[in-house]
Amino acid sequence: MLKDQDRIFQNLYNDKGTDVTSSQERGDWVNTKEITDKGRDWIINEIKESQLRGRGGAGFPTGLKWSFAPKEVGSRPHYLVINGDESEPGTCKDRDILRFEPHKLIEGCLIASYAVQAHICYIYIRGEYFVDGQKLQAAIDEAYEKRLLGKNAAGTGWDLDIYIHYGAGAYICGEETALLESIEGKKGQPRLKPPFPALIGLYGCPTIINNVETIAVVPTILRRGGKWFASLGREKNTGTKIFCISGNVNTPCNVEEEMNIPLKELIEIHAGGVIGGWENLQAVIPGGSSMPLIPKEKCETLTMDFDSLMAEKSGLGTAGIVVINKDQDIIKCMARIARFYKHESCGQCTPCREGSGWMWRMLERMAKGDATKDEVDMLGDVTNQIAGHTICAFGEGSSWPVQGLLRHFKKEIEKRNNLDPIVQKKNNIPYLVDQHLLDKKNA
Amino acid sequence: MSLRRPAKDQPESFEFNASSLEAANVIVAKYPEGKQQSAVMALLYIAQKQNNNWIPLAAMKYIAKFLDMPYIKVYEVATFYTMYNLAPVGKYFVQVCTTTPCMIRGANKLVEACKEKISENECELSNDKSCSWMEVECLGACVNAPMMQINDDYYEDLDKQKTLDILDKILNGETPKPGSYRGRVNNEPENNRKTLMDVKNA
Repeated sequence: MLKDQDRIFQNLYNDKGTDVTSSQERGDWVNTKEITDKGRDWIINEIKESQLRGRGGAGFPTGLKWSFAPKEVGSRPHYLVINGDESEPGTCKDRDILRFEPHKLIEGCLIASYAVQAHICYIYIRGEYFVDGQKLQAAIDEAYEKRLLGKNAAGTGWDLDIYIHYGAGAYICGEETALLESIEGKKGQPRLKPPFPALIGLYGCPTIINNVETIAVVPTILRRGGKWFASLGREKNTGTKIFCISGNVNTPCNVEEEMNIPLKELIEIHAGGVIGGWENLQAVIPGGSSMPLIPKEKCETLTMDFDSLMAEKSGLGTAGIVVINKDQDIIKCMARIARFYKHESCGQCTPCREGSGWMWRMLERMAKGDATKDEVDMLGDVTNQIAGHTICAFGEGSSWPVQGLLRHFKKEIEKRNNLDPIVQKKNNIPYLVDQHLLDKKNA
Repeated sequence: MSLRRPAKDQPESFEFNASSLEAANVIVAKYPEGKQQSAVMALLYIAQKQNNNWIPLAAMKYIAKFLDMPYIKVYEVATFYTMYNLAPVGKYFVQVCTTTPCMIRGANKLVEACKEKISENECELSNDKSCSWMEVECLGACVNAPMMQINDDYYEDLDKQKTLDILDKILNGETPKPGSYRGRVNNEPENNRKTLMDVKNA
């Protein structure tokens, strides 16, 4: 288990206060000027050396991302945007940072803004987290009062203004370009890439977008050194990570642990074990709902980091672990996830808009045993025609969980659904129905 | 995509009152000059708050004029994002999360409780018109599942009985205390904490 002094988020459970004074006791805002005095290149190199990978799901190296920002500020100002649109089912780590460690985030914003030469930083928070956003706003106000933000922020000679922008219940706005569209006051529909936001982003200006957790760990990395961070975890999967363990466990919780920790240790020690015992485990979704599930056999030895989960054809994603035990109907669980994606598709690309609803309808019928034999393969076909054929990664995100189900629980589906493939009148199967007709009447 | 329809009965006109106007001007100042369109989402929230938790078409037209942008663009935004209520929802708006992490911990019991206490169907006002409920997608409090949101506050670690009690309170006009209803502190593992022990209860 990770030693307590190596935990970055000392106030994860809000044992101490969240104000500037108590944050300073935990080491925030102590020597911000010393860090920025070492210069941009030193900061970016130190982050590169720490091998920090983005905590928002894709795991892109943060130092590399920062180095994409233009070296000289041209006619267009630079922006820093923090992605706090945490909506992935199974994930609730950013919420705790926003409400309990706001000064880690704010200080991280200052250092990152300095590194990418931005004077304005927008923090995009999902609308449902309004109360937590208010707590962050209070922390920002306090920072302004103590001259840690604004002109010559924290004595670093750098001017920075931070504004909060609330989302309004769209999962897709967690995608970076959709998030920019949303800040610009439009529908959150992702943009084509390239051009990448680092060159043409918010209002057409160079923009660096990072997850809340990524930015919040930056000050600690710079204080304790990139080498310290890189010494935790393993090569290319370094550092610590907040894991959210939810579902059928005895004590669901958020916990900060080292990367590459065995999944079994997380579940057995921190989450108090699976309800009904380890033998009652059915499957685990390792990284938020869009990552393919992993069956029990593999959970014994699985370690939690980006690359080892990739090897299992899944992914670390946001590290939101959803434990599903044998009391649950796995097809129903996945059907509910498919409904989530059907609801959250932005509607821009046809394969995703129509396919996500199609997958949901098929899975709902499969859960009831109303599907025909050939539909099992058809479902696989549909997922393949969505993944990789859309503007953003939502296509993959919606089809991977279904592919995971088909990979590991195909027998279960086939056992339940053995209707004759020929469409018989008594089986009124709605192959092509406008999905909106099935939606809520009073919406 | 989700289906969203504006209400049939729409008020004739809408205008920001003094406090909304002040709040709106503060928001617009957050964004660079000429980019006031960015404020549309926040202004829709302000309109929603002023107008009993829902946004009439007249408010969208008003905001379009206020921000000097086409009405259709405001309409697009208001219908795209699901947190803007396009029809009356009641003073207390209950949203029950039923996505998988909550579902496998018994979110359907919360839905049952809402059906008993508020109304048979979702998005339907209760008898005294003060309350309505709906199922929503993940609210991002998965380790505190099952949970629901009433207006801005999260009520976590619920079961059917606790939900019934909370709903009773709000129907009586009280505001129950938000947070966990199993007595645990925030997101810590209940009675099983193994980390950060030296700062616990400090």
